[in-house]
Amino acid sequence: MRQTVLGRTVRGIVLVLFGLFFFFPLYAMLDFSTRDFQGGRTGEAWSQLLQDPTLTSAIIASLVLALLTVVGMLVLLVPTMVWVRLRVPKAKRLVEFLCLLPLTIPALVIVVGMRNVYSWVGYLVGDSIYTLAFVYVVLVLPFAYRAIDNSLSTIDVVTLSEAARSLGAGWGTVITRVVVPNIGPGLLSAAFVSVALVLGEYTIASLTNYENLQVVIALLGKSEARTSVAASLATLMFAMVLLLLLSYVGRGRSVREGKSQ
Amino acid sequence: MPSLGLLPFLGYLTVFLIVPTITVIVGAFQVDGRFSLVNIKTLFGSTAMHALSNSMLLSAATAVIGAVLGALLCYLVVNAPPTSLFRRAVLSISGVLAQFGGVTLAFAFIATLGFSGVLTELLRSTLNVDVFGSGWLFGLPGLILVYTYFQIPLMVIVFLPALEGLKPQWREAALSIGATPRQYWLQVAIPLLRPAFLGATLLLFANSFAAYATAAALVSQGQPITVLLIRAALTSEIVLGRADLAFALALEMIVVVAVVMVAYALLLRRTSRWLR
Amino acid sequence: MTTQSAAQPSTQSSPGVEVALQNLVRTYGSVQALAGFDLTIEPGEMVALLGPSGCGKTTALRILAGLERADEGQVVVGGKVLTDVPANKRDMGMVFQAYSLFPHMTVLENVAFGLKLRGVGTKQRAARGMEVLALVGLDAQHNRYAHQLSGGQQQRVALARALAIEPSVLLLDEPLSALDAKVRTQLREEIRRVQVEVGRTTVFVTHDQEEALAIADRVGVMSNGRLEQIAAPQELYERPRTRFVAEFVGLTNRLPAEVDGDSATVLGSRMPVLEGSVTGRQGLALVRPEALGIARNADGNGFAITSSFLGSLSRISCRLDTGEEVVVQSSSGEAAGLAPGDRVQVTPRAVPVLVVAAD
Repeated sequence: MRQTVLGRTVRGIVLVLFGLFFFFPLYAMLDFSTRDFQGGRTGEAWSQLLQDPTLTSAIIASLVLALLTVVGMLVLLVPTMVWVRLRVPKAKRLVEFLCLLPLTIPALVIVVGMRNVYSWVGYLVGDSIYTLAFVYVVLVLPFAYRAIDNSLSTIDVVTLSEAARSLGAGWGTVITRVVVPNIGPGLLSAAFVSVALVLGEYTIASLTNYENLQVVIALLGKSEARTSVAASLATLMFAMVLLLLLSYVGRGRSVREGKSQ
Repeated sequence: MPSLGLLPFLGYLTVFLIVPTITVIVGAFQVDGRFSLVNIKTLFGSTAMHALSNSMLLSAATAVIGAVLGALLCYLVVNAPPTSLFRRAVLSISGVLAQFGGVTLAFAFIATLGFSGVLTELLRSTLNVDVFGSGWLFGLPGLILVYTYFQIPLMVIVFLPALEGLKPQWREAALSIGATPRQYWLQVAIPLLRPAFLGATLLLFANSFAAYATAAALVSQGQPITVLLIRAALTSEIVLGRADLAFALALEMIVVVAVVMVAYALLLRRTSRWLR
Repeated sequence: MTTQSAAQPSTQSSPGVEVALQNLVRTYGSVQALAGFDLTIEPGEMVALLGPSGCGKTTALRILAGLERADEGQVVVGGKVLTDVPANKRDMGMVFQAYSLFPHMTVLENVAFGLKLRGVGTKQRAARGMEVLALVGLDAQHNRYAHQLSGGQQQRVALARALAIEPSVLLLDEPLSALDAKVRTQLREEIRRVQVEVGRTTVFVTHDQEEALAIADRVGVMSNGRLEQIAAPQELYERPRTRFVAEFVGLTNRLPAEVDGDSATVLGSRMPVLEGSVTGRQGLALVRPEALGIARNADGNGFAITSSFLGSLSRISCRLDTGEEVVVQSSSGEAAGLAPGDRVQVTPRAVPVLVVAAD
């Protein structure tokens, strides 16, 4: 396709406009969070990230929540998905539908309706911010399911498991030592997406009065705007780093697959 | 029985997803534990209706703007010279920005266009223009602008596969039969892309309608949209003062989003047949 | 076996035009797809471009269609220079390997698309569309969609679509490669029948030599961006001009030969040499399996290894005492009784052979 000079200029201008729209707010966050009141630069707001006790405990709480969610998601999803492929293939559509359902039921709706369930949870396990992990697992299901399903589709789970079983392996061994090592990229992808989601979660935490990272950032915004903006930017950069790592994992896998063809 | 192996999963989902949903649906029809249509009636009252129409407006506006601009960006990516680096960069960035919502996004825009935002001060000092005004950022117009920030990347993620599903053979076949590029677009490409485009727009609509965190962080006074009305109902600030109202409003949300998602699924089926 | 069809004079006025590709050069980065490609096609003729992948045959076709531009050279059709004319103004019909039917249109709408672009009225479009569909035998499916048709049916619709606009040239880019073997054989006969009936000049690209030899008037064998030889199928097979052609088309045995004047000595027998052979020294004779005779002989020059019964013919592979392995093709009657391990005498018949330089 011939690209005229005019065409290329227009294209360039439009791309620059898009770039400005998406990157200016990011730059603005950086600028805003490093201002001092005399018009100079300071790292005060950023050092607050590590010093303000409310903020640091919220950071830790969110990180722990992310970890709990990832573990919960893996324990719930991986055996189930492998089981479906191996023994109950007819249930695939049901499981898929259920995993994609959280996309249609907004988090806001869930938080409105979960009070009685959570009073139960509080009674059984105690009233702690970490109980949010239970509902967070549900929130990450659609994304985790898709990542793991894509990975499972690249290996022939049925054949692998039949081979393992014919050599004497039990179902537990099949899952943990045959299937899981081969879907590493999918599991990592699901884990990263879950972490990003949990770190950015605000709706449920705020309406259940727990102080996770985003809730604290929002609260802080009223008094310490610069610190809030710094924390927001930090969260975003963390998510970007995660995604970058993820794309390296993905590329490694496709290189491996490409070589074996 | 092998299907017993699914019990943990089904059980978990029932407790943490299905039961809350059913609670909402049932609770919408109850007052103090007894069946009542009072809450449903309130949905049609002026406060709720006003919020609903604003939500619809917000969702429709951001869906259309996001769809058109997102499709444009997709077009630019698809037509790029075959350096896949550019395409991969756009896709990765879109992946991050589509999830980038909530509080973080709100603060990004406050840092840009807030009273002492970077752009505000820039325009104030160079062009003597006050872009902050009376704080439009914290109302509906502000929400439209901010939502667009994650709607465009979402559109790219959802629509780019469809655009790339346009097989080059169709273009070449059309050209060799005598079509001008314009005729190819009008009679072949656009009809083929229409279901995917409409479906993606619907997805953007549902996404915008269900979004809460960004609005909650930006808007601290008033309940211009449905999700913020739910916040008020849950934190018992509003005139009506009934927590049961939250159930009814949540039911309203479920209905709207479900209808839109069903339409999306139907359009998706046609697209996947054509643009596999 | 070549399908001989008597070219019927078409009732339409002068449907066939001459096509000339002159000295086409096309380079992609460091790869030279076409290195000075010349081809002239007679009006109404069907020429097949045959060669392995990467030989440039598809590039040549696409340059003729206008979908790509040559770096150097000219495209002349019916006396008009089309080199700089865009693809949509060249009045050619093209059939692609796969996926070219518009999925959102019915079969009839697909076929009539070209006519719609030319402003033909609805009724006329439908009539002409049904006419071409009848030509390919699919008029009953005119209301269906592409995904409801088999691969073979889709290609027939694609052919009808290309013909509906009465193009001056018909171009086929490996139209059968994506289909099952049985469908391929049936469809290539169809294509030939239709081509003869409409009488358009046709260029047909394929990597399958059986296809090319079966239906084309002339076959052009290509390698590394050049035309190695263009000739009628039988001549290409019996009188290859270069080593590549001899080895690409049909089976070949490579046997040492001594050339002397216009004949060569191969396995003790004399065979006339073809044009293009090396002269006056040692060389490698490229001998077809059916140019070798075989008989059981205790004092022979080799052993039979395996014997494949193919109906009226049989193929016997042998190892000669001199070390070469050869494949001999003879009638099953002649080969009857030969068993693996038998001592045999392999004798070349006195048919023309191409002798090339030894490796």
